[in-house]
Amino acid sequence: MSYARALRCRKCGQEYPLQPLNRCDFCLSPLEVSYDYKAMARGLSREELAAGPRSMWRYRDMLPVEGEEVDIGTGFTPLVKADNLGRELGLDRLYIKNDCLNPTYSFKDRAVSVAVSKAREFGFDTVACASTGNLAASVAAHAAKAKMRAYVFVPSDVEPGKLVGAAIYDPILVKVDGSYDDVNRLCTEVAKRYSWGFININLRPYYAEGSKTLGYEVAEQLGWRAPDCVVAPAASGLLFTRIWKGLDELAMLGLIEPVNTHMYIAQAAGSSPIVNAFNAGSLHINPVTPDTIVKSIAIGNPADGHYALMVARQSGGGACAVDDEEAIAGVQLLAQTEGIFAEAAGGVVVGVLRKLAASGVIKRGELTVASITGAGPRTQEVLTDIVRPFAVQPTIESVEESIGALVRSA
Amino acid sequence: MTKTQVMFTFPQELIREPIIYSLGHQFKIVTNIRRADVTENRGWVVLELEGEEKDIEQGIAWVTSKGVRVDPVVGDVVEG
Repeated sequence: MSYARALRCRKCGQEYPLQPLNRCDFCLSPLEVSYDYKAMARGLSREELAAGPRSMWRYRDMLPVEGEEVDIGTGFTPLVKADNLGRELGLDRLYIKNDCLNPTYSFKDRAVSVAVSKAREFGFDTVACASTGNLAASVAAHAAKAKMRAYVFVPSDVEPGKLVGAAIYDPILVKVDGSYDDVNRLCTEVAKRYSWGFININLRPYYAEGSKTLGYEVAEQLGWRAPDCVVAPAASGLLFTRIWKGLDELAMLGLIEPVNTHMYIAQAAGSSPIVNAFNAGSLHINPVTPDTIVKSIAIGNPADGHYALMVARQSGGGACAVDDEEAIAGVQLLAQTEGIFAEAAGGVVVGVLRKLAASGVIKRGELTVASITGAGPRTQEVLTDIVRPFAVQPTIESVEESIGALVRSA
Repeated sequence: MTKTQVMFTFPQELIREPIIYSLGHQFKIVTNIRRADVTENRGWVVLELEGEEKDIEQGIAWVTSKGVRVDPVVGDVVEG
């Protein structure tokens, strides 16, 4: 049973019934799901949660879904102790939350699983989204599972390779001849015109809730405690705010001790409106035009930027950006120390972690969780120059000649 | 008639110009401010525009040409 009771405006507090709606009619601010936490606290215990399925749906009672969920096997991804990477960075208690291991290889499956479940509950037969990769794949996959129609809008300059991950599930792909801003504007118009469940527009409050499960899982996997520090990437800022909300809710429900986690935002320098605002001491996000290879987090006008900023400040955390080169170095370091191949956004997280550890902002002994949100193989074009094989003839002499010295020196 | 919600971000040099007044005046658009924060060196306004579709389109193009950044109020909807 769900304890969700209303949609509530994050700015003015106005409430609305649970419906496909993402903005307050009065102040045009984003809406979020509010719950009856008192009833939820009575109905939940650590033991019951731990006995649930090994997926994000073990936290079903803390999500706004009434009907049957659309689940493709998302969540309860590994939280691994990253001792090798920790040694490189000077952190003794570093963990990686590896969300590369979701069914469509990114954390988006958490959010989309809730959004598509809700879309079906609301009676939509069609879901849609605007995306450049990870979200598109996840929406298409969940629509396939739910036997719903999916429309996926993409900017025309998206690399064809990226679309394979979505196209395999057979959505209707719409390539928009225009800039990123054009696609953005178009999709807000499209969402008004057709009565579809638009994942990141009218279903956004529900989509957002799915991301909380990342916070729940981290706490449960640490033995029901919040970490000292979390470093997570921010694009729209939604995931970042929801990891915090997840931890905060667990504390409110008495399932963990009060949270004293410092939350750190990681962005790519070529698209860092939230970091800019943090550094300027401002609470207003000035939109930017993204210019970075880290496409999966290249959002210039982050819808939840303000709230992400608030979380970073209130938690005594911070915000930090690294350039494209540092991001790529981060991807390589993570792969070469922990065997985890992340997309460039993961490299941004590792790069930021390195900076925060080196400057002493994150202390050696603090229990730190780095959130790796998407897998590398979908965006391998950013890494092509790492492939430098030794070319040999199929003879042992040729092998000896080519790599013999290397083998002997190992 | 149609309604659209947008956010204007003003650079410092445009803060003293009556852009929203001119928008309503020149393009027959009804402007309805819902939230705003304007200081001496920057400003943003979240507002609703109501009018004929082509007037709104032309109005937004004019505001943009003046140097104001215009974004959908929902923020970016394209995600990674």
